[in-house]
Amino acid sequence: MNGPGADSVLLQARGVTKRFPGVVANDDITLEVHRARVHCLLGENGAGKSTLADLFYGVHEPDEGVIELRGEPIHMVSPRDAIAAGIGMVRQHFELVTPMSVLENVVIGTRGEAKVDLRAARDRLGELCDLYGVEVDLDTPVGDLAVGQQQWVEILKALYLGCEVLILDEPTAVLTPEGIERLFATLRRMASEGLTIVLITHKLHEVMEISDDVTVLRRGRVVRTSLTSEVTMADLTRMMVGRDVDLAIDVAETSRGDLVLDVSGLDVATESGRGSLKQVSLQVHEREILGIAGVSGNGQDALFDVLVGMSSADAGRILVDAKDVAELSPADRLEIGIASVPADRIHQGLMMDFRISENLILGRQRSGRYRRRGWLNQASIAQFADESVTDFEIAAPSPSHVTRVLSGGNLQKIVMARELAGQPRLLVVHQPTRGLDIGATEYVRRRLVEERDRGAAILLISEDLDELLNLSSRIAVMFDGRIVGEVDRRDATIDRIGMWMAGVSGVPGEALA
Amino acid sequence: MNDVLEALINVGVLASAIRIATPLLLAALGEMVTERAGILNLGIEGTITVSAFGSFVVADKADSLWLGVVSGVGAGILLSLLMAVLVSSIKVEQVVAGLALNLFGIGMAFYLFRAVYPQTGSEMPRSDTFDHAEIPLLSDIPAVGEVVFSQHWLTYAAIGCCPLLWWALNRTQFGLELRSVGNNPAACDMRGINVTGMQYLALMFGGLMAGLAGAFLSVFLSGLFFVDVAAGRGWIALAIVIFGNWRIGRILAGSLFFGYLDAYQLSLQARGVDVPHQLLLALPFALTIAALVVNRRRSQEPLHLGVPYFRGER
Repeated sequence: MNGPGADSVLLQARGVTKRFPGVVANDDITLEVHRARVHCLLGENGAGKSTLADLFYGVHEPDEGVIELRGEPIHMVSPRDAIAAGIGMVRQHFELVTPMSVLENVVIGTRGEAKVDLRAARDRLGELCDLYGVEVDLDTPVGDLAVGQQQWVEILKALYLGCEVLILDEPTAVLTPEGIERLFATLRRMASEGLTIVLITHKLHEVMEISDDVTVLRRGRVVRTSLTSEVTMADLTRMMVGRDVDLAIDVAETSRGDLVLDVSGLDVATESGRGSLKQVSLQVHEREILGIAGVSGNGQDALFDVLVGMSSADAGRILVDAKDVAELSPADRLEIGIASVPADRIHQGLMMDFRISENLILGRQRSGRYRRRGWLNQASIAQFADESVTDFEIAAPSPSHVTRVLSGGNLQKIVMARELAGQPRLLVVHQPTRGLDIGATEYVRRRLVEERDRGAAILLISEDLDELLNLSSRIAVMFDGRIVGEVDRRDATIDRIGMWMAGVSGVPGEALA
Repeated sequence: MNDVLEALINVGVLASAIRIATPLLLAALGEMVTERAGILNLGIEGTITVSAFGSFVVADKADSLWLGVVSGVGAGILLSLLMAVLVSSIKVEQVVAGLALNLFGIGMAFYLFRAVYPQTGSEMPRSDTFDHAEIPLLSDIPAVGEVVFSQHWLTYAAIGCCPLLWWALNRTQFGLELRSVGNNPAACDMRGINVTGMQYLALMFGGLMAGLAGAFLSVFLSGLFFVDVAAGRGWIALAIVIFGNWRIGRILAGSLFFGYLDAYQLSLQARGVDVPHQLLLALPFALTIAALVVNRRRSQEPLHLGVPYFRGER
């Protein structure tokens, strides 16, 4: 495809700089987005993509430089200005009013009559859904929709306001492979109808698949803007990280040891019924990583919770080293060597307003090591914190700093340092690299393999198939609360696991149906 | 025993139940709107006190009941503006700000009262009060006329406010956006809604309604001002909002019911019946807790209630 002419520039940034306390999030960014094309912003976490998007949407104002729309500088102090100018955005974390219906969510913020005309809104939305092949029930409370559907609501919100440019921040993070396909097909269709799409991602193959143009950002600066057709994935990787990275780390085979975790016939009902567990059985041995694959919402959360003691099983048993742990509290389980890394590190793993050192001993504050005559032993806590910060390469000014200021990768390192400190017998890990940049991802994966080699039994729940194929000794697939298939890594293929994830059994004839 | 039963359906008790319910209803409706926008205003007890004083002093000195009502409302709005600056602009912890507002309001009202009426004699200063607004013909109906149609005009206004408010909250763009602000201010901000502005308006409405409640206590009911004029009604109004699950119909019902309980225990006391009236006074709070338990699953509590909103916070 040939490059577009200069006259088709719709949105551009000229020398835009945005500083936050202690960081330059965007540094002299200049880029042009052309009309009716799909333009990817590619970069690692922390490269400044989301900040740039926020500048385009008036969430922040640039400290220097200007943003131009249709060749005219626009000054935006709030998203209202961006909306008025025809810019729409779907953020990574959805901005939905969950108790309200899809229809009401779409109508919020539209400058209409004083009286809400829900009927007219319904008609307009219906047209939009038909035009782009979106299926969503307009009267369902948004909170009851699956995450993938909620994303469509966000997209509808932007379209409903009549945007010309649609910015999507990491839209594929919450989607199944099939959902991604549908999204991309729809985005292409929108572009062909004249809509301009800016798509933010850190996934290379998505850039290659969907975009016309790609701008690579690194450390807040533009590395280069190119036509996607003129670059390769290897080129983009180099630009993105400034070095060649093969994400797949070297994992040597090990021979597994004794059985550690033995789960059989586990039933867990959830309040909504969604994501419950049905007759789950699995085993994990010493020096073994059992990977749990599956599209999110198929029981992974319930499995994690029941194993770490956050919920109790309705039926079945959980044995660790042949002892029944079902009645043990999370603290008791920790005591006998069951450590865990939760999926949501900000809300479940850490106290964001606590010091780093305090987070490093969270849950272990009663252990003899950190306690002396009922008081916290500050000296030994400080010593452990210093060791952890060094050992886990946590980039922080000091261990007594507040946790909130750290990046996602460093937050995860705190959780890992804490959980691995006791040399756990069993490690239950949920989405350990979600949202981390390449460097941190590599680090976390390497640590997990080291733990395995030390002798730990590891249950790795992940939605990242590459990760599972790379790290696991065996992979089990969850669908609708059941383990629908299990395969040795040597025999695992993406196709086979993908079929299980989609709920199709392993029989080839059925897969085609 | 007969006294205890007779008082349950006594015409006088029922009429006074509606009277007593009026300030509760006014304050609870205002608080409900405030909370719908995500602000927990614990300061209504103080706001009611200040407004009662404002109404009283102006009604007395300017010799105009209407001016009294206006100044009571003005005082309520002023105090809620102070709350708005604290919680919506400076983003102080809402519970702390609300409690501070109570201490400030009650202290300030009493100080000003002493400044204006320095005498310490046993004679309490008195203002005029509004007459009951007896509705022609309807008030002549036996029993019903006395209970329902011989109330103050502000009582009719408070009840008439319910359907209007329901319509405004549920059928207008403004109402939809106000409710959205209390549930997800970030979403509203991203859609270009002025979250702070909405919260100011909601708080001012709450102040207006608490102001009317205060005015009702001084220049409608008693013509008196004293430090404990609010007598916990602000707290009961907060309880009613929860009891009513943030819904107007149930808030109306809750106000009438709690008003009735109060009227009933007063009449028992007046008859010298030996029943611990404290139990009846505590009942609203016990019932509120029960309602919280019952409503747990389908609670209408705004999801972002009481949490300051900062743009771009994770």
